[in-house]
Amino acid sequence: MKAQLVLEDGTAIAGQLHGAPVSVAGEVVFNTGMVGYTESLTDPSYRGQILVLTYPLVGNYGVPRAFESPRIQASALVVSELALEYSHASAEKSLPQWLAEEGIPCLSGVDTRALTKRLRSRGSMLGKVVAGNADIAFLDPNQFNLVQQVSSGGREVYPGTGSTVVVVDCGAKGSIIDELRARDLTVIRVPWDYDFLAEEFDAVMVTNGPGDPTACGATISNLRKALQLEKPVMGICLGHQLLALAAGASTYKLKFGHRGHNQPCIEKDSGRCFITSQNHGYAVDERTLPAGWEAWFTNANDGSNEGLRHRSGRFLSVQFHPEAAPGPLDCGYLFDRFADMIP
Amino acid sequence: MKVLILGSGALKIGEAGEFDYSGSQAIKAFKEEGVTTVLVNPNIATIQTSEALADQIYFLPVTPEFVAKVIERERPDAIALGFGGQTALNCGLQLDRDGTLAKYNVKVLGTPIATIEATEDRKIFCDKLAEIGVDFPRSGAAHTLDEAIELGRKIGYPVMARVAYALGGLGSGLCADEAQLRQRVVKGLAHSPQVLIEEYLVGWKELEYEVVRDRFDNCIVVCNMENLDPMGIHTGESIVVAPSQTLTNREYHLLREIAIRTVRHLGVVGECNIQYALDPKSGAYRVIEVNARLSRSSALASKATGYPLAFVAAKLGLGHALTELPNAITGATKACFEPALDYVVVKAPRWDLQKFRGALPGIGSSMKSVGEVMAIGRSFEEALQKALRMLGTTAPAFGDIESALREPTPERIHGVLEALRRGLSVDQIHALSHIDRWFLQRLARIVSIERTLDLGEAKRAGFSDAQIAKLRGTTPEQVRAEREAAGIVPCVKQIDTLAGEYPAQTNYLYLTYNGTEDDVEAGSLENAVLVLGSGAYRIGSSVEFDWCAVNTVQSLRRMGYRTIMLNHNPETVSTDYNECDRLYFDEISLETVLDLCRRERPLGVVVSVGGQLPNNLALELAAAGVTLLGTPAASIDAAEDRHKFSQLLDRLGIAQPAWKELRSTEDSLSFAKSVGYPVLVRPSYVLSGAAMGVASNDAELVRFLNKATILSPRHPVVISKFLENARELEMDAVARDGVLVASAVSEHVENAGVHSGDATLVLPPQRTYLETVRRIRRISARIAAALRINGPFNIQFLAKNNEVSVIECNLRASRSFPFVSKVLRTNFIDIAAGVMMGRPVPVQNGSATDLDYVGVKAPQFSFTRLEGADPVLGVEMASTGEVGCLGDDFEEAFLKALLSVGFRLPVRNVLLSTGPIEGKAAFLESARALREMGVGLYATHGTAAFLKANGIESQELYWPNEPQAPNTLEILGSRGVDLVINIPKSSGEEELENDYRIRRKAADLGIPLITNIQLAQRLVEALSKKGLAELQIKSWHEYAASPGIVPSDPRLSTAPRTTRAKVA
Repeated sequence: MKAQLVLEDGTAIAGQLHGAPVSVAGEVVFNTGMVGYTESLTDPSYRGQILVLTYPLVGNYGVPRAFESPRIQASALVVSELALEYSHASAEKSLPQWLAEEGIPCLSGVDTRALTKRLRSRGSMLGKVVAGNADIAFLDPNQFNLVQQVSSGGREVYPGTGSTVVVVDCGAKGSIIDELRARDLTVIRVPWDYDFLAEEFDAVMVTNGPGDPTACGATISNLRKALQLEKPVMGICLGHQLLALAAGASTYKLKFGHRGHNQPCIEKDSGRCFITSQNHGYAVDERTLPAGWEAWFTNANDGSNEGLRHRSGRFLSVQFHPEAAPGPLDCGYLFDRFADMIP
Repeated sequence: MKVLILGSGALKIGEAGEFDYSGSQAIKAFKEEGVTTVLVNPNIATIQTSEALADQIYFLPVTPEFVAKVIERERPDAIALGFGGQTALNCGLQLDRDGTLAKYNVKVLGTPIATIEATEDRKIFCDKLAEIGVDFPRSGAAHTLDEAIELGRKIGYPVMARVAYALGGLGSGLCADEAQLRQRVVKGLAHSPQVLIEEYLVGWKELEYEVVRDRFDNCIVVCNMENLDPMGIHTGESIVVAPSQTLTNREYHLLREIAIRTVRHLGVVGECNIQYALDPKSGAYRVIEVNARLSRSSALASKATGYPLAFVAAKLGLGHALTELPNAITGATKACFEPALDYVVVKAPRWDLQKFRGALPGIGSSMKSVGEVMAIGRSFEEALQKALRMLGTTAPAFGDIESALREPTPERIHGVLEALRRGLSVDQIHALSHIDRWFLQRLARIVSIERTLDLGEAKRAGFSDAQIAKLRGTTPEQVRAEREAAGIVPCVKQIDTLAGEYPAQTNYLYLTYNGTEDDVEAGSLENAVLVLGSGAYRIGSSVEFDWCAVNTVQSLRRMGYRTIMLNHNPETVSTDYNECDRLYFDEISLETVLDLCRRERPLGVVVSVGGQLPNNLALELAAAGVTLLGTPAASIDAAEDRHKFSQLLDRLGIAQPAWKELRSTEDSLSFAKSVGYPVLVRPSYVLSGAAMGVASNDAELVRFLNKATILSPRHPVVISKFLENARELEMDAVARDGVLVASAVSEHVENAGVHSGDATLVLPPQRTYLETVRRIRRISARIAAALRINGPFNIQFLAKNNEVSVIECNLRASRSFPFVSKVLRTNFIDIAAGVMMGRPVPVQNGSATDLDYVGVKAPQFSFTRLEGADPVLGVEMASTGEVGCLGDDFEEAFLKALLSVGFRLPVRNVLLSTGPIEGKAAFLESARALREMGVGLYATHGTAAFLKANGIESQELYWPNEPQAPNTLEILGSRGVDLVINIPKSSGEEELENDYRIRRKAADLGIPLITNIQLAQRLVEALSKKGLAELQIKSWHEYAASPGIVPSDPRLSTAPRTTRAKVA
């Protein structure tokens, strides 16, 4: 089926429609990772976004059970070439088949490099995939509380043998829970606005999630209280931004965000560079950090903030994804560090 | 600070142009840091051994003896071992072991010796991996045959036998049972103290990761690559795709994490490569090996990603951190990152097995390919089809398709396509070949498009206009007209390492039909010249043409022109994006060059510096209205077309060997009779085996014609008189508007009959009459004038008693251009570039005979790797590389050159088998000289009898087919001789089995072999005059103190060429 991607600047790019034959609107973002489309599509941080993959061949290994949440979260997928056939022992179906089942449209045959350059130079834009003639209006997903849409519906406990960590689920990737559980921690997963302070816990993990962190007032205010306790707190991605906001710093929207698996981040003490997996459109403004907080990781490409820590040694956060999935595993050690901080 | 860099010597199978690229990058990196560089590399055709790169260059063998002497003389602070392949690495290890490095306090840059040893010694390696819980194949190291057999039983057959410390998997292979294991191990232990017996991982995916680490433990993976041909086929023999196509995120990053863990644990500083086997079913993996140096794969990864691995590795070796180095492609970001590709890269190997008489056709776990191509596209089909065309080979006719899939040969990829055409399913082909279904699905799509032939779809799947035309029964021009009318044209994309995430000023480009927008504006480069490179290295076209292409670009840039390079060989310096203003990494075909000319509108195209491939395009390009810079296309045609050139020579009264084009056996016989045997036979259609042959009588002629070709009016054969006992000489020259401006005459050591590419060249000539040289100059000048040559050219001559005749004339730079340019220290390419652009150039003064030193160019053969091939010199070229050395006299330069291509001194015992009576007589005095030097002589029956009759004692040996001792094979097997001189009985006849077996055994065991009588005579003379200790350690510039001619100076320029080419 013929379809097109229309951007808010008027650009219209024709392609073939696969997956679900529906029109959708959202914010158009690109990711430069060369593998990991199932993980990305199910990452709640992509909620409301039309995901453009810069690697031209997508779907080669079909759909293995490598999901970060139970469903596809991105609104649509845009690729150069979608593999109608696939080959992998762990795959259960083809990517177009899965997209169709999940009701997600995929536009293929697109010059994704040209599109990426446009997004890079004009910044992330609103856009819509228009199936056939079924035109729809543009829609800014950031006007909604996206975190509300992807956060868990209620409190859930994953028993472990070790200490207890409250996971504030702002749209958590499954791998974050898995990493904590792999370290024998008991996990209490709570919704983003849940007042977890009444829980019995030893540490707090604030997860990734979609959209503008300033939309998560409830989380920020809970975190502010948590920071008064003598308990370790770790933030990842949106969680990192929320921790910064709770501490009193401010955040801003990046022109087109960081989405890929090759973002170099320098750790302050060692000067060492780590290759990280990233997916974010907002960043922490380092200049607004209050006393007691310092920048811990810095993006080697554009100098933006990639991590914070507090003088007390109890609070730390990273903008990138130490749980990877998809992407490099270089920073998995941060979960060890977090686990070691917990009494 | 002074750093000594070791090169890799002559190009050979398993060690080729990639090390010119990595060495050149390293030198650039060192120079940028203000480090003084000294280079040891006898490969005179390389870019790294050029002016303005290393501060001092020694054209000497990369062996511990010579390098130790260079160290003693130069006293470097440090040595770089990672840029010259296994040759440099092995040499460095020996220098460390024998204490030389410690004695002179030479520090090893980058990866420490202990780490190199850990990667080279299987036992240490596996222990290291076990320490960090990394899996490796079950295996063991055997030092004796008994140990090997014990291991084979323990692991269980089939097993893999690998030879330790070997380049490119030499001698390695699959052993299905104990008998096969015995065979391999005996051979392997002859070369190496250790043979490894391993678990056989048939059908597993094969992957490679290129890893960079600095001394601060920053560690990144620059590229991963997947072999289309799964485990069992050497990665150098595999079609390779970057990035991997069939790995999930989990697998990709599992292997990446293991790569980093392993490299950190081993302590590599710089660059290395790690190879994996991955079970497609269970996801289990094995680490196959780590190469702690730049490699063929790293050169490929550099080109595939745009990340300059060798350059960065050199900087890290000096102690820099990855975080300090910029990403050269973007300028804005850092080297400490991992490239994201938004395209697909396909590498395909180029073989020339048919050039070697007797070579087995199969490919497997040791390398046989002589070159490779790399293609870039935005679909796999596009990249693969480009790659297959770039190889310049054609699909053969297949009989039994199943065996073609089961038993891998160079043609297997074509076999897969053919199988799909014949209706075999993806699953069937997978079962036979183990190639992953994903690749087969893509190939099936190509076959399905062959049937439907939708123009847009076909172009996006990489079909060329010519392919489509053939399938549709029309012409490429019509296809072009139709697609252009439909707006189907390629677009230009950049390779920027970041998939477009950041703006990049990169000039590294490729064409694709899978796109709608250009990354660079068409025609935006003013005053530009398009230079066509050489394409894949193959027998007859190698690094020498890369030197010519790179020098052309450099000269053009010095003259103020912008340059566009088109090439697709990842082993080259010409495809280094900082050598030119725009690099198109793409096909060198009429279609692509026309597409580029239409886009870029260059002033013109240079077709004369990349060897025969671009030269072949001259006529068609000119016909399409493209401006050729240099000699006009009509002149090129007049030299290339046998009839036209012959008529020209007749008109000029220049002698040539009698020849005729013939279409039947009867005519051939009667022509041969009229000119007299022997005759040289050149079929235009080759069935199998060598394309050319020499026949000494009717029977041989008939046999050759029957075997090599099918004679028909459409496929004639050219027969020419073969002159015996004639000298062969080469004229390398540059003419300007038909007037010689630079020239050099070199003589061959071997008499005519040895292909010029396999001949040993001497400059200036030592054994040629001055009058002959004068005649050669005069004839060259007349040909240059008649053809109005305006650029580089080469003429081959035969000379006998001052009678000179012309064999061949090429109106392009020749194989020997770098050799003569460097020996004379006069850059012929620089002069040619000036000529082509209409600039004034200095005319070469004086003659090469005034030199007070001598240059000798010697061929490098790779017969050891070519199982079964008869290692004999003949009219077909067989060498894979060359070296060029300098000396105060011929003997010195000659010995250095031979030592650079694998000969070893001292010679204590020689096996002689000097062939026909003429050979025996010719070698008599040499044999006597050997005896007088105290060299032990072994000889086969006839030779021994002849020597005895002339009063020379030798130990007589039985032929291989005689069951008695002492036997030739036994003496060879026990390494009882260190040189074999085996002169073939006849230049044309099928060699006698016995002689073949002696030669082959010598090749298998790596014992130096001479099959040419003149070469044997010269070697004995040289040995009688010089010993190893008398070979001087002098740098290039000590021999050639000042340049022969200063490079063309931009200030000399008058009116440069500024009109843009018009393209029809």
